[in-house]
Amino acid sequence: MIEVGTSRVKRGMAEMQKGGVIMDVVNAEQAKIAEQAGAVAVMALERVPADIRAAGGVARMADPRVIEEVMKAVSIPVMAKARIGHYVEAKVLEALGVDYIDESEVLTPADDKFHINKKEFTVPFVCGARDLGEALRRIAEGASMIRTKGEAGTGNIVEAVKHMRTMMAQIRKVQNMSEDELVFEAKNLGCPYELLLEVKKLGRLPVVNFAAGGVATPADAALMMHLGADGVFVGSGIFKSENPEKYARAIVEATTHYTDYGRIAELSKGLGAPMKGIELSTLAEHERLAVRGW
Amino acid sequence: MVKIGVLGLQGAVEEHRQRLRDAGAEPVTVKRPEDLEGIRGLILPGGESTTIGKLMRQYDLLDPVRELARSGTPVFGTCAGMILLAKEIEGEEEAHIGLMDIRVARNSFGRQKDSFETDLTFKGIEGGPFRAVFIRAPHVAAAGPGVEVLSKFQDRIVAVRQGNLLATAFHPELTEDLRIHRYFLEMVQP
Repeated sequence: MIEVGTSRVKRGMAEMQKGGVIMDVVNAEQAKIAEQAGAVAVMALERVPADIRAAGGVARMADPRVIEEVMKAVSIPVMAKARIGHYVEAKVLEALGVDYIDESEVLTPADDKFHINKKEFTVPFVCGARDLGEALRRIAEGASMIRTKGEAGTGNIVEAVKHMRTMMAQIRKVQNMSEDELVFEAKNLGCPYELLLEVKKLGRLPVVNFAAGGVATPADAALMMHLGADGVFVGSGIFKSENPEKYARAIVEATTHYTDYGRIAELSKGLGAPMKGIELSTLAEHERLAVRGW
Repeated sequence: MVKIGVLGLQGAVEEHRQRLRDAGAEPVTVKRPEDLEGIRGLILPGGESTTIGKLMRQYDLLDPVRELARSGTPVFGTCAGMILLAKEIEGEEEAHIGLMDIRVARNSFGRQKDSFETDLTFKGIEGGPFRAVFIRAPHVAAAGPGVEVLSKFQDRIVAVRQGNLLATAFHPELTEDLRIHRYFLEMVQP
């Protein structure tokens, strides 16, 4: 008997992306550049996060034509974003045949209390998280992959570092807890006890955990791998840099060889200017995307 | 303990390392040519074949892996690893390692929503069917005379062996069943 959409098939797809870089693209040409540079997947969007931030207003799922154009252009997997809680946008993306859906805080949330019930889908989901409780809530809803939220479209790595460090510290704490303490910890974190028990046993999340939100240079990508990320999403960092081809290749290499500092030095030479970036203290509270999600 | 390399450029590296440990072998992650020294077998894991192929070229791993395989060291490719081993890839001009007399079709079962798991019979392993996980999987569209077909699914070839080379279109590293890893380890230690 053939079974599609099992948790093994959905989580397994994310396992195949490990050690790789997933790049935001807005058309076929960028998708080809990403594939040529060695991206393991592309995220098809109408605008990269830095432009979404600049444009303001309500950010929604991309035009299906953009997504189809990208799907036709490359043989690597194609992901696309749906608004938080927007079941129908996600169903539309599934119908288009995208390989992974990002229920993303980069778009304007459609639901201010609940996320999509991702278990009802054959296509797997990735969701952003700032800490262990948020990650496990998303996994309880059926997410097959987690990424840090960071602060998308800023080119500033500080929030991604904070979220990854928070999650790792919480995992280490849980590993040292006795099982009876876990019930209370589950209440504190706001997540199911059973998933917390699984984290204690595994010493990691039960799904693949990528870094996202602010990666702008090869060294940024390597830093996130050093902190324990399984791979890296790069949003605006590539196509908002001076030389996207070079940046894309260099970020892929730095992710693979994240402990080879001599090599990272070599590939960082003469890359040209990275995306400009935003200092976080200059962002108003309502301009922060990471606080979206419940 | 016998040392088995796992190509560690990208993909399901840790899963293969765990299965090797469970099967009583010592995994060695291979990222550079010098990591190939002293290993008795090599696994090419699942991942994105275009990415892994590019990184193998950038780090001059293609020739050393070819030499290793030609000298008789067993090499086992799963999914992307099968594509890396194939002499011919449909729709692409260039092969990667290109040692196995097979022509592979990429993503031949469809996109991710069509990815599936199923029970397969696998020639040479006993104890009933093997639960096989296919993720955007390739299949072998044509196999040369020296290639033994080990498993088929819906008339498509999904596992092959040619001397010291073994390849599956599915992911034995994603299930806890160790029989196919043990089959490979027996190729290493006849």
